[in-house]
Amino acid sequence: MAIRERLSGNEAVAYAIKQINPDVMPAFPITPSTEIPQYVANYIANGEIDTEFIHVESEHSAMSATVGASAAGARAVTATSSCGMALMWEELYVAASNRLPIVLALVNRALSGPININADHSDSMGARDSGWIQIYAESNQEVYDNYIQAFPIAENKKVHLPVMVCQDGFITSHGVENIMLIEDDKVKAFVGEYEPEHYLLNADERIAVGPYAVSNYYMETKRGQREAMLNAREVILEVAEKFEKMTGRKYGFFEEYRMEDAEYAVVIIGSAAGTCKAAIEHIRSTTGKKVGLIKIRVFRPFPEEEIARALANVKAVAIMDRSEMFAGTSGPLGAEVRAAMYQAHAKAEVVNYFYGLGGRDITVSDFERVYENLEKMAETHTVIGMYDYIGLRE
Amino acid sequence: MKNTVEIRWHGRGGQGAKTAALLLADVAFKTGKYVQGFPEYGPERMGAPITAYNRISEDEITVHSNIYEPDYVVVVDETLLDSIDVTKGLKTEGAVIVNTEHTKEEIMRHLNGYEGTVYTVDAKSISMKALGKNYPNSPMLAATVAVSGIMGEEEFLSEMESSFQHKFAKKPEVIDGNMQALKMAFDTIKKH
Repeated sequence: MAIRERLSGNEAVAYAIKQINPDVMPAFPITPSTEIPQYVANYIANGEIDTEFIHVESEHSAMSATVGASAAGARAVTATSSCGMALMWEELYVAASNRLPIVLALVNRALSGPININADHSDSMGARDSGWIQIYAESNQEVYDNYIQAFPIAENKKVHLPVMVCQDGFITSHGVENIMLIEDDKVKAFVGEYEPEHYLLNADERIAVGPYAVSNYYMETKRGQREAMLNAREVILEVAEKFEKMTGRKYGFFEEYRMEDAEYAVVIIGSAAGTCKAAIEHIRSTTGKKVGLIKIRVFRPFPEEEIARALANVKAVAIMDRSEMFAGTSGPLGAEVRAAMYQAHAKAEVVNYFYGLGGRDITVSDFERVYENLEKMAETHTVIGMYDYIGLRE
Repeated sequence: MKNTVEIRWHGRGGQGAKTAALLLADVAFKTGKYVQGFPEYGPERMGAPITAYNRISEDEITVHSNIYEPDYVVVVDETLLDSIDVTKGLKTEGAVIVNTEHTKEEIMRHLNGYEGTVYTVDAKSISMKALGKNYPNSPMLAATVAVSGIMGEEEFLSEMESSFQHKFAKKPEVIDGNMQALKMAFDTIKKH
């Protein structure tokens, strides 16, 4: 029987770490992810798990130690947010290019400046080209489920890539919600023992990890990473299917909510998707208008063809970004979804909205206005511009 | 959202408004409800105004925004009344519960003409009488349950007793005082 509980998103991740009992966790505290290593340190101090916790002096060292431990053959994890991940930048690329199956719990927070501790996706979106698999969550339940699924994805021999398991800072990390936990033995069986194929502590096979690569080798390494990322697509779905058999909870690259007959769609990432769902229910029950939602779960690898197919029959789409990339045209999600729709010769009107930067709240009525705008766009075949803002004071 | 009760807590950093919101989520969870308890964080410092929220429902809750039109507002620190419009958006069929030793009439002058019900709870004197210390959280939590009717008094008291037994396993002598504080707050609301 699953365990009915109420936990914050940070507690949920820490609880999953306790159930998995990884070999090594180097970490450095930063708001709003601090509670994760804090809870794990408690579990270790209480003798509940035997993870080797490494106290480091910075996030640069945290990711360096995680890389070292993973290369040695250990199952290694860490957690961070915002500027903490910015300080890991160099090592993010080292982890991915050395094909180390590290799992990073990222609690999304705005990057400075101005300095801000609240949720937006500028930290992980900035790292979208680093070669990490990225999985996002709407709720505490999802971040818990995604965290458990991250290990069999990362450690699959066809993949061997690090995974970033993301959740929205404070909104889910510090919000207590109902959650269904999975029994310890089932989690352990699902994740399994980590048996690395090639690792530094194997005396029978001497290998080098992270050597210099001249121009004659570098490009092929990148091609290899791309192949692994493409393989991850199939593995992510296989793991989700196995997870559904265990829990009944269904996951894919993205969730389609009321999309079966939708004429107007929002594409979004993270906790605001739940708020959008409430708006959809309200609009459908009061006006009968056909509104729907695509909530991105896997942003890397990007499920381009699948998204284009899911949007094939809509009249208008709002792609909603919780981070800027200062292209002056789109945000990161906007650019990806537009490209996907262009490749599929989609006819829908498209607008890209920026919302929620630095924790700016977005409400059910904000989403109702988004759908009203989409309806106007579809009727008049005009888009207000490439992009617009929700909740901005002008 | 029809079956959802929404509550907004106003307090100052370090006073435990966030803890009270989490306790309310906890006790409602134990009676089988879907719950949310979450703080709104600004600069983190002792004494700064903080807001915390609860959603409590028979149905699954997906909304992840703050609460702008609450059913109930709880003011843990009355010194906030002059600087924050605590009844902003508060439904007139709802209520505001203020921790104060002043009378309802005195408090109403600071509520910007709010037309709904106003409850006052002297949580400090309740806490001093029951526990000998000023812990306003427990009385304010009990008053909130009494006003909102999220659960019955007996159900609430029995859930709280079992969580106190767990929480204070090493100092059982404080359990009676805490239970006393809850009951006194409940009675204060009943007398309104």
